[in-house]
Parts: sequence; C-alpha cells; structure tokens
Amino acid sequence: MTKERFDFKDYIRPRFFPHMWCPGCGHGIVLSSLLRAVHELGLEKNEIVITSGIGCSSRISGYVDFHSLHTIHGRALAFATGVKLSKPSLKAIVPMGDGDALAIGGNHFIHAARRNIDITAIVMNNRIYGMTGGQFSPLSGSGKKATTAPYLTIDREFDIVDLAKSAGATFVARSTVFHAMECKDLLKKAITHKGFSVVEILTQCPTYYGRKNKEGDAIQMMEGYKNNTVKIGSKKLEDNPNLIQRGIFVEKTDVPEYCEAYDRVIQTAMKGKA
Amino acid sequence: MNNQNNITFVQGNEACVEGAIYAGLNFFAGYPITPSTEIAEHLASRLPQKGGKFIQMEDEIASMAAIIGASLTGNKVMTATSGPGFSLKQEALGYACMAEIPCVIANVQRGGPSTGNPTHVSQGDVNQARWGTHGDHAIIALTASNHQDVFHMTVQAFNLAETYRTPVILLLDEVIGHMREKLVIPEPGELPVVERLRTSVKKGVDYHPYLPREDGRLPMSDFGGEHRYNVTGLFHDMWGFPSNDPKVVSELLRHLVDKIETNVNEIAMYKEYWLDDADYVLISYGSSARSAIHMARNRRARGVKIGVLELQTLWPFPAEMVREKCAGAKAVIVVEMNMGQVVTQVKNAVDNPHTVFLANRVDGELISPSDIKTLLRMIQGKGV
Repeated sequence: MTKERFDFKDYIRPRFFPHMWCPGCGHGIVLSSLLRAVHELGLEKNEIVITSGIGCSSRISGYVDFHSLHTIHGRALAFATGVKLSKPSLKAIVPMGDGDALAIGGNHFIHAARRNIDITAIVMNNRIYGMTGGQFSPLSGSGKKATTAPYLTIDREFDIVDLAKSAGATFVARSTVFHAMECKDLLKKAITHKGFSVVEILTQCPTYYGRKNKEGDAIQMMEGYKNNTVKIGSKKLEDNPNLIQRGIFVEKTDVPEYCEAYDRVIQTAMKGKA
Repeated sequence: MNNQNNITFVQGNEACVEGAIYAGLNFFAGYPITPSTEIAEHLASRLPQKGGKFIQMEDEIASMAAIIGASLTGNKVMTATSGPGFSLKQEALGYACMAEIPCVIANVQRGGPSTGNPTHVSQGDVNQARWGTHGDHAIIALTASNHQDVFHMTVQAFNLAETYRTPVILLLDEVIGHMREKLVIPEPGELPVVERLRTSVKKGVDYHPYLPREDGRLPMSDFGGEHRYNVTGLFHDMWGFPSNDPKVVSELLRHLVDKIETNVNEIAMYKEYWLDDADYVLISYGSSARSAIHMARNRRARGVKIGVLELQTLWPFPAEMVREKCAGAKAVIVVEMNMGQVVTQVKNAVDNPHTVFLANRVDGELISPSDIKTLLRMIQGKGV
C-alpha cells in the first residue's frame, strides 16, 4: 500500500509550526505515528477529517494537512459524529487528551462506543491537564500530586481499555510513545477497522506530571513505559500483575456500523415502511 | 397555486418541520425535550424518506455539536430544544458564531428558569437568545405567531443562516408549538430558498475560508472536497489559523458583529395591523401577538385608534423601524410573556420611553386580550 518513502512534510502544515508542545512531551511521537500510519495505508489527505477538542493533544488537528476541525472542550466525538454520519465516505480521526476524552467528554466517549460509529478515537493519556498547568485528571489515579491536589489525589482512575470495552467499542488497543512503531501499527488497524475504535497511547508530560510526581525527565518517563508495560498475556505478568498490558484487547467485526445501519433505515423509509 | 394536498392541519412544531424540509434540511441531531420533541419525532420519520439523516444524540450539547459537524460537510442542519437544552447548547452555539457555520436552532420556549414549567408557555428566552453564549457576538433570532408564519420563518431561518454564515435561532413558544391549525404548504419555488454558497476557487489554488468577498459573504468548501482548511473556535486569520494578534482579534470580532448588525434592515421582518392612525401601538411577537391582534381588532370596532406591530425578527433588534412605527403613538404597550425583555429594547428605541408600558403574563398561561385591555384602560384613564 505504501506510495513513497515517508516524509512528514507531505502531511503537515508548516504555517502552524513551531508546535506548542513542551520539550520532552510525548505528543509529537503520537503525531508522527499517526502520519506514518496514514502514509502506509495510502490514504488521501482529502478523505480524512481530524476533529479535536481542547488541550495540548487537541492541537494535533491544526498541525496536519487534512480537513481539520478544532472544536470545544470534550465534544470532539460529538462533532465528529455529525461529520461522519453526514458524509460516511470520510475517515474520521479524533485525537483527545485524557481529560478531554474522559472527564468533560466522558458521555460522548461511551455513546460513540455504544453506537459503533466508524470513528478512530486516539486517547493521548498523560494523566494530567497540561494546558491549564497541571491539574489532576480522571486518569491521574490516587496518591498523585497535582496543582489541584496539593495533599495528593484521592480520586481513583478509569481504565480506558475496560471502559471502552464495556461501552461497546469494537476495536480497543493500548500502546505507549516508547513503542512508536507499535503505535503506528495499532493506529493503522484502528483506522482500517469498520466501527468505533479506541487507541489509548500513554504519553509523558514531564513538565507537569513527571516533575510533580518525581517520575523524572522525559527519558526516564519513557523508560518507565518500557519497563512497566508488557504485551497482552506476557509471562512477566505472573511475577508482576501490576504491569500495564499493551496490544489489541478487542477486535469485533460482527457488530453493525452505525452509518451503514442508518443507510438501511433510509432504505426502509424510502419504501414507505417508516 | 396550491392544491388540496398542500393543505394540512398540524401542530406548530410540524409546521416548523415542513418549513425545514422545504428549505432543504438534510441533517438533524436532537435530544428529547418538552415542548419541542415533536420536531425531532417528525424529522426522524421525514428525513430518511428523502435520504437525509436524523440522529438522537446522548445530550443537548452533543446535538448542537453534531449539526455543526454535519454543516461542514455541506448540509443544511438543524436542532430543536427548549429552555434547559437551550442553556446547554450555548457554548457550541458560540462556536458556530465564531467559526461562521450555518445552522438553525429551534427553541420552543417553556417557563423557566431551570426545569420551570415544562408544559406551559413562556417567552423568557428572548434575552438568552441574544446573550446566551459568552463573549461579544451578534445573533439572528426569528419568531412567529401562526403556523403559516412558522413555516415561512423556518425557511427564512435557513436562508439567513446561509447568507450570513451564522447560527439562527427560531424562538417559538409552547402555545405555537403545540396548537393545531391550518397550514398550506407552498409549492416548490413559491418561497425563495438560499443555497449554500460554495467557493469557485479551483483545486491547487489557495482557498481562504475566512476571507470575505466584496459583498461580505464567505464562500464555503465542503469537508471532503479539494480544499483542506482549519476550523477553530480560537480567533483566527483568513486561513483559519489561530491567532492572538490584536489586529486579527479585533478585525474578526468586528466582522462577526458587523455582518449582522449592519444588515439589521435586511434581516428585520415584521407585520403591522392598523398602524397608520394608531394612538396606541401594541408591540408583540409569537403567541402573545395573537392576543394583541385580537384585542386591537375588537377595540377598533369600538372606535379606539389602536394598531399592532408584530415583530418576527427579534435579533438583531430593528430599533429604527420600531422608532418610526411608534413615532405618532400616545402610548406603546409591549405584550410579552416574560418580565419585560423586548420592552427594554423598545424603550431604548423610541423617542418617548416614558410612554412605553408592559402588558405581561408570567404564570404559564397564554396572555389574553382582556389582560391587555385592562392595561389599556388604565393608560386611557378609564376604570378597569
């Protein structure tokens, strides 16, 4: 499928650069993985709509040379639902931060999964609100330091994979920015998947999460992704069940995709059976 | 010409649906809420019959977001709601103002604040329609007092949304929404329908999504088409590129306001009854205008020089027109079902604000002709 050698310049908008991410931020690796996935799939830039909300991760939409819709906090999936249902031929990709996707946007996340609408949601999980300066998110977990948790967090965290799975997403995967090629491969599968796909990518925020929680600089945080994660079902889990699993957790093809199901509604209505 | 098949007996909410279909609606996203639900119900049936799309979203915010997304792929779009839902939609509505995305929001008003009086009439959202979303902006809001006008104003709402690339609010009310009366559906072509203005810029040539033409209009390019551009709720330049350059910020904000406020006379729609020699002018809109017209007709029959100015455009407020229509009046009575939202605008507009009075009712019941008559007699110095 690959057309030519990958050159990121073919896919970005130089006008929008330099980007606004901090030195050491993992988000650039997600951007790179996404662009490589699009390249290897041989997709046309005109067939992709990238829709995002608000936050550091959401700035991806402006950086890429696709149709781009940078919306309001938490609602990207709802905007993307309108885009996709009104023009199903488009590929809908939605990069989101953990707060954007699962705090303010949690309702849209579970309902997009329930509908199984053909949208690829990329949850860039850095466990913190970065853009506003380091407040805890629903993915921070308890016992963490944040500007709004000076005495450590007491809130428990979501497991994005479990949440997506139980809400009905038909493709659910997880990786980290340390595993950039794995990210790319998972994104390729997610974009190709017909239905709602969720890819959680652990990505470091050294500025606000790492520093406050003494997890070190970007390199140390990425080493953490290397050492604290394993492929699904790895034997290492027997010794340490707390290791985070990476890979594809759900891949179902027997659930009707929403836009296709609606096409059948149109057929019924046009026959006068409504 | 109309044939018998075009004559229907419907609720106002259905008249709105028929007007929207006539205007070319092909995407609706909504969430159930009294008293607007029939709009969603009828569109769930009607839209797929013509190949359009209906989706019931998970909440009011998502409905507003979904129609904006669908507008960008080149569709005429609408959502419908009432008070609490209208509150929830405000942030995304402001996004549509900022990103200049055509869409129509029907708000079938009920009593508020909060859950309020869900099954009863109110006109309490007039000011929310104007200033519900945060930040400076301009807005268009239309209303109607009978089903033929609901149909017509719905078509107009879509036309203005396309012409000015802006959200347009259709401020109906519970009485209009639920009352049944005759509607004659016009033949295609009988009412003008404004289609989406698309760019003529060819592939390979730079398209500036936010560079107005000489006439002020901004041609669009559908998502999925040849031109890829950025849409954002941040202040942005002609490319859609985010900017906090003071010049860019100021110019965009002024453009968003001016494109509507400078066209107030083009956007202003109204009806007038017996105003030529009127000593007393009733100003009203929506279902309360029906009582105003009824009362004025009865008083005329008894020799009182009274007339009615029925506003169909509430925002931008047609202050100049209102001032002219009220110039010869001894007294102006604004008839509305709220604590006085349009009356404030009228007082600001007329030469003699001390001659402007409010006839209102805020108990969930339709204001009656005798409610208005009571105030008129007090103004006339007669016994109640």
